[in-house]
Amino acid sequence: MNSVIKGVGYVLAHTPDMVIENGTTQTTERIVNPESEYLKELPNHLRSFDEALAYWPNQVYIGNKTPMELAEIEQPWYDKACDETSRYGAYGQMMPEDEFILLMQACDVFDLVKLERGFVSAHKDALAQNPVIDESIMARIVEGVDASEIEQLIADDHAERICFGGELVGCVKPAHDIDVNLSAEIMLENIVEKASSVLSLLSLVHNTGIAKDEIEYVIDCSEEACGDMNQRGGGNFAKAAAEIAGLTAATGSDVRGFCAAPTHALVEAAALVASGAYKTVAVTAGGCTAKLGMNGKDHVKKGLPILEDMVAGLAVLVTVNDGVNPEIDLSVLGRHTVGTGSAPQVVIGSLVYDPLERAGLKVTDVDYFSPELQNPDITKFAGAGDVPASNYKMIGALGVKRGELERTQLADFVSQHGFVGWAPTQGHIPSGVPSIGYARDAMLAGDMERVMIIGKGSLFLGRMTNLFDGVSVLIKRNEGVQDEAAGVSETEVKSMIAKAMREFAATLIEQAE
Amino acid sequence: MSILAGKKCVVIGDRDGIPGEAISACAASAGAEVIFSSTECFV
Repeated sequence: MNSVIKGVGYVLAHTPDMVIENGTTQTTERIVNPESEYLKELPNHLRSFDEALAYWPNQVYIGNKTPMELAEIEQPWYDKACDETSRYGAYGQMMPEDEFILLMQACDVFDLVKLERGFVSAHKDALAQNPVIDESIMARIVEGVDASEIEQLIADDHAERICFGGELVGCVKPAHDIDVNLSAEIMLENIVEKASSVLSLLSLVHNTGIAKDEIEYVIDCSEEACGDMNQRGGGNFAKAAAEIAGLTAATGSDVRGFCAAPTHALVEAAALVASGAYKTVAVTAGGCTAKLGMNGKDHVKKGLPILEDMVAGLAVLVTVNDGVNPEIDLSVLGRHTVGTGSAPQVVIGSLVYDPLERAGLKVTDVDYFSPELQNPDITKFAGAGDVPASNYKMIGALGVKRGELERTQLADFVSQHGFVGWAPTQGHIPSGVPSIGYARDAMLAGDMERVMIIGKGSLFLGRMTNLFDGVSVLIKRNEGVQDEAAGVSETEVKSMIAKAMREFAATLIEQAE
Repeated sequence: MSILAGKKCVVIGDRDGIPGEAISACAASAGAEVIFSSTECFV
């Protein structure tokens, strides 16, 4: 039977200081052009936490607003404050940078994150009040060290700076004297990924109400790599995050595939559950410091705030079919294979039309297509266009070519079968999966039948192949048939009734005798 | 005659648009010599 989506966790951490300290656009600029106007101007374009809370796409990401409500707001969105400003939403939360820095320290198990004593004491209570943070996390926060020790580690030991509000409040030490794979820069990047993945998993547990020890397997699908000089990329982020999140019964592994990885991971999670190997699998991904402020030069040049100031995370819970939650239909899988080719028509053909045709479905049978959902506020001002809209146009155009749509229906197809983008440009994060929370709600309410999740990956960035990658899967409203493994099966019920009837009959016979 | 015939050509494709390989194939068929071709990701 198909497995189902039991819930999601979507989180954002507002990290303006990490934009300056750790985003590769900024770190590169400091090397090649340290006196640049961009670096001088950048701090004036950073958003406050309140401004991040009032940003429409962020409120959609954590589930306080729907993609449909966002579509009604005229673009651009950065200059239009959202009427909803809560930091907590139906799917997760926005975490301020002070809490996130403390969470990073809680996720560090090798004494690499050193925070200044005063910073810890000033902000620890705020983290403790977070509804998804329990005592096991708080118990991992240590008292902190003197500022002089942090300064010494940065000056003499190549430690990476951790700042809050522009002030130095801590550092991440290198985990090895020589090995670049364990450098302070890499360790900070990986600890940020781990911390945002942990926050996603904790939100997932909070939202679904599942007992932590019911989660049997965790798949991490981020874009970072951890390991030392002998196994760069050895992993296992999944198990490392599961440990901190308290998922004591879980094992796990990492799936990598650039931006396509979350969709690959979702398919693999669904297959693991459908096969019976595991009953409950969590797909998780943390965010990426390197991409913070990635398009900052264009945004600053055009007078925009730095919109790429959020480290994002996501988690999806996949379980056996309960007869209620939306099903992951593994019979409708799109595959971009080695032999598919890279022309846009064949890519969309392999990901959208081939699987639908195999399932006897037309393009209009799918309520919504969910390709990469990059926020157009970020991409349009950087010259990259509206990525989701481009995908819908290509899907629609091929539909016209195939005779499944009239040419005159094309404009309506884009608006009626496509979401606007709201996800931060954190690589793998926008890749199809941010819509799962909304689609699940709509399917449970009976307002949506099918959504197709489409992930794409730029494999050529790793310089191992020129190939592109893509994968898609259909999620559909539950047909109402419960898997035997999800509870008491029909056979078991019949057996129980038969047993009761036999016992009743035996009692009657005894009384008659 | 193609405006690309006999010209040296640098190709930068977009992963969300037209990939470098596809542009290279078109340019080469129009008589250009592709001296560099790459597909980049802008998101």
